[in-house]
Amino acid sequence: MKRTFVPVLATTALLTVTLASTSALAQKTVKIGVTNVYSGQFADPGAQLDAGIKLYMQLHGDTVAGAKIQIIRRDVGGIAPPVAKRLAEELVVRERVDILAGNLLTPNALAVAGVSKDAEKFTVVMNAATPIITTKSPYMVRTSLTTSQLNHHFGEWVAKQGVKNVYTMVTNYGPGTSSGKSFEDAFKKKGGKVVGADKTPVVNPDFSPFVQRVAEAKPEALYVWVPGGTQPPALGKALAERGVTPANTKIFGQGELTDDAALEAMGKVALGIITAYHYNVHRDTPLNTRFVKAYRAANNGRDPDIYSIGGYDGMHLIYEVLKKTGGNTSGKAMIEAAKGMSWESPRGMMSIDPRTRDVVQTVWIREVKMKDGKPANIIIDHIDNAKDPDL
Amino acid sequence: MSTDPHLWLRHKARVSPYEVAFWIAALIVPYVLLPKYLALASQIAIMATFCISLDLILGYAGIISLGHAAFFGIGAYAAGILSARGWGEPLSGLLFAAVVAGLAGWIIGFMIVRVQHLALLMITLGLSFLAVEVANTFDGLTGGADGLLGIDTWKLFGIWKFSIWGHTSYAYALGVSFLIFLLCRRLVHSPFGLTLEAIRENPQRTTAIGVANRRHLQWVFTLSSSIAGIAGAMLAQTTKTVSLESLGFQNSAEIAVMLILGGTGRLYGAIVGTIIFMVARDQLSGMNPKYWYFWIGILLMMVVLFMPRGILGAMQRLAAKMSRS
Amino acid sequence: MSQLLAVMFDGVAFGMLLFLISVGLSVTLGMMNFTNLAHGAFAMVGGYVTFALASLAGWPFLATLPVAFLATMAIAAVFERLLFRYIYETGELNQVLFTIGFVFTASATAAYVFGTVHQSVDMPAVLTGFIELGEIKLPSYRLFLVAIALVITVGVVYGLEHTRFGAMVRASVDNQKVARGLGLNVNRIFALTFALGSGLAGLGGALAIEVLGLDPSFGFHILVLVLIVVALGGLGSVWGSFVAALCLGVFDVGGKYFVPELGSFLIYLFMVALLFFRPQGLFGKR
Repeated sequence: MKRTFVPVLATTALLTVTLASTSALAQKTVKIGVTNVYSGQFADPGAQLDAGIKLYMQLHGDTVAGAKIQIIRRDVGGIAPPVAKRLAEELVVRERVDILAGNLLTPNALAVAGVSKDAEKFTVVMNAATPIITTKSPYMVRTSLTTSQLNHHFGEWVAKQGVKNVYTMVTNYGPGTSSGKSFEDAFKKKGGKVVGADKTPVVNPDFSPFVQRVAEAKPEALYVWVPGGTQPPALGKALAERGVTPANTKIFGQGELTDDAALEAMGKVALGIITAYHYNVHRDTPLNTRFVKAYRAANNGRDPDIYSIGGYDGMHLIYEVLKKTGGNTSGKAMIEAAKGMSWESPRGMMSIDPRTRDVVQTVWIREVKMKDGKPANIIIDHIDNAKDPDL
Repeated sequence: MSTDPHLWLRHKARVSPYEVAFWIAALIVPYVLLPKYLALASQIAIMATFCISLDLILGYAGIISLGHAAFFGIGAYAAGILSARGWGEPLSGLLFAAVVAGLAGWIIGFMIVRVQHLALLMITLGLSFLAVEVANTFDGLTGGADGLLGIDTWKLFGIWKFSIWGHTSYAYALGVSFLIFLLCRRLVHSPFGLTLEAIRENPQRTTAIGVANRRHLQWVFTLSSSIAGIAGAMLAQTTKTVSLESLGFQNSAEIAVMLILGGTGRLYGAIVGTIIFMVARDQLSGMNPKYWYFWIGILLMMVVLFMPRGILGAMQRLAAKMSRS
Repeated sequence: MSQLLAVMFDGVAFGMLLFLISVGLSVTLGMMNFTNLAHGAFAMVGGYVTFALASLAGWPFLATLPVAFLATMAIAAVFERLLFRYIYETGELNQVLFTIGFVFTASATAAYVFGTVHQSVDMPAVLTGFIELGEIKLPSYRLFLVAIALVITVGVVYGLEHTRFGAMVRASVDNQKVARGLGLNVNRIFALTFALGSGLAGLGGALAIEVLGLDPSFGFHILVLVLIVVALGGLGSVWGSFVAALCLGVFDVGGKYFVPELGSFLIYLFMVALLFFRPQGLFGKR
């Protein structure tokens, strides 16, 4: 046994080495280091973002501009900028990655920006939405959204519809408060008035006391921001239970508010809620339909969401930039190639602003209406080429 | 053996060759053998310092805390805010953080020394949640949920830059943690340290022989908070980031896990526990980013089942067995 | 005024949910001094049992509840015999380490089997919407929660006060050594209590899906709230847990309603202050 085993092993090893070295000669590898969140409270958005990355590579192959794409994944484990920073450093120093990507959460993305700047690596923010992130490294681009991009334009739109008074209720952490502020500022500039403003806690919120306050204030309109996941259906239930519905109060919010789970929880009382979003799963275009179908097939029937589309378009940008630079992965070459790039995404037309390196896209205004016997988000208006107003 | 207590103390505090070997290895291994792991090594050194601060109160004085990250975070914010406001000199930043965190520890200490057991555990936990809320509320100062921005750490001694390669960071973290370790080692082998152990074992008796229990406990809590603050400040300076989570429950719980893993009440347990936990997490999460914590869980359970006195305790017993045979 | 009552009722319902999840830990901690941070993980187990039956196998929600209770109880009993019983004598620090490790592993297993997505279950029509009592609108599901919790409280209290097994449990909580000396098999009593308590946590976890949601980190999330209830109530005291959970729910909801700026500050301030002046909790003996 032993005697036959050794030569076999040696031959295999030799063969592997030869194969590996020849293929290394024949083909260059481009390594993409993905700092994402795969465990803990934010594991689910992290998984959706990762599924977007995977699907793009599945549909478009793992070779681009003659180079093989290799993804190296790292788990930050939650909001932990020191860990994110270390992992990004290690990806650069230890794994010698050419490109940094992922960046689910703002504090982590800000920490990675420092590494991106120091190491001069092309870096794609595939989700984190706080406007300032891309200003922190000249090699950074974003393919998701910024909070003020959606909410500034939404605030103006709401004022334009003749709404005068609004009560705001946002989650008490970065994305919530900054979204709320963009909305309020734009709304007030157009002559609207904010009659009340509450902030809900980030963890295990029971919305009923907050909704009760709104019910008693009887405002003309309510603006809500809650993070996706368990909160939209919980808030939907509380709104329904306390009788704060579009029948007596106009309700506005960012798209998470009326995701499928929340619509299911609210049922018909959701009819009339108006939200702003940059991606609509059910928007009927050939590209989107194909994307959603492939995504469902790859993920046990689960629908893509904004995290998935951020990861998907992030990979698209990387592929297109590599094609344009002919495989040159230097930070300078890649960022120059990325500036001004525009393409059709499942979400609609989008581009990278050559000045701010940030995403420019259509903001879709949707209203919950009946479709095929079920409440659904129906697009009623859109703001094309919306930029972040503050950058 | 002599009956002179001073001789006995000196005997107990003598430096073993293993210790010398350990610190030399700590200096050489990362720089020479594993230069790509310097970023991890410096964070291990920082967390080990934090872990030692917890060992001082938990292992020696018997104060169980699930909120020690509050002081780590206070130190991190103190150094971070100082730097973001224009003073990025690292060593004075550390000193500032030590004073601020120590002061906070001294004030909280009045409360801590008056409760024990589950109530103590829950009060420390509650305080750490309150610390997060306070930091979130004063977002003008702390940057709130986005984290503190604009931290710029100046060159160490005006010469060495903190770069992404981690050479300066590790030297800095290792140097500071070594000095703090020496201080703690001296402390636990002093009459003060022995008194703490006596209070831990039997507070009624120490009171009876005239020891001011609460004053001793408050002093060690202050010192420990100050050291935790220094660790936090080092993390803020070397990573140029501070977030609310540095103050939070998860950070507190994790450091307690590392300490118990290594073994309490022996200082080196804190260091070994931190090394093992952080290296295991780094390797496991590198191999399997999605389910690595399954194996961490198995590791923790195995250690309890087979090494009830922590990893270092088990190693000590093994060494004792081998020297006997 | 009626609005205020409605809000307070929500607090009561939330408190009842916390009570169901916590009561088992209070009793087992009081009996064996076994610091079981994995208690929340058993609540998660119950949640996933209900999710699997209701959403995957198509059972009606109400029918899954007894199964969630029994299945969690069985799983807890198995782990108690296989693992936990070896660490009763190892000191609280080791128990903390071990049970945290258990939560890690359980959470990873849940993520592997069910995915990281936040799960929900379909409610029967009876439990959606609200019931109007005069001017007050009470959500049906919360009424149902309160009703279940009251029935179980009565059951637990009756079981403890008026059955032979309950007397044994009380004796073991009061003084383990003497109970052993009198010939009680404290370990077996403990194993049963542990299983029952975990089963209640599982039931609580199943009921919590509709209120708090369910995902693989549920065991960690609920842990802090559970510990607060146990500490405030006092170890080993069923009534203590009941009152503490009620206070916590009402205080939390009331605080957010009247002073929303302080948000989640309040319950922690309340806990720190109360434990500082009454370290043994509201009804604790030690």
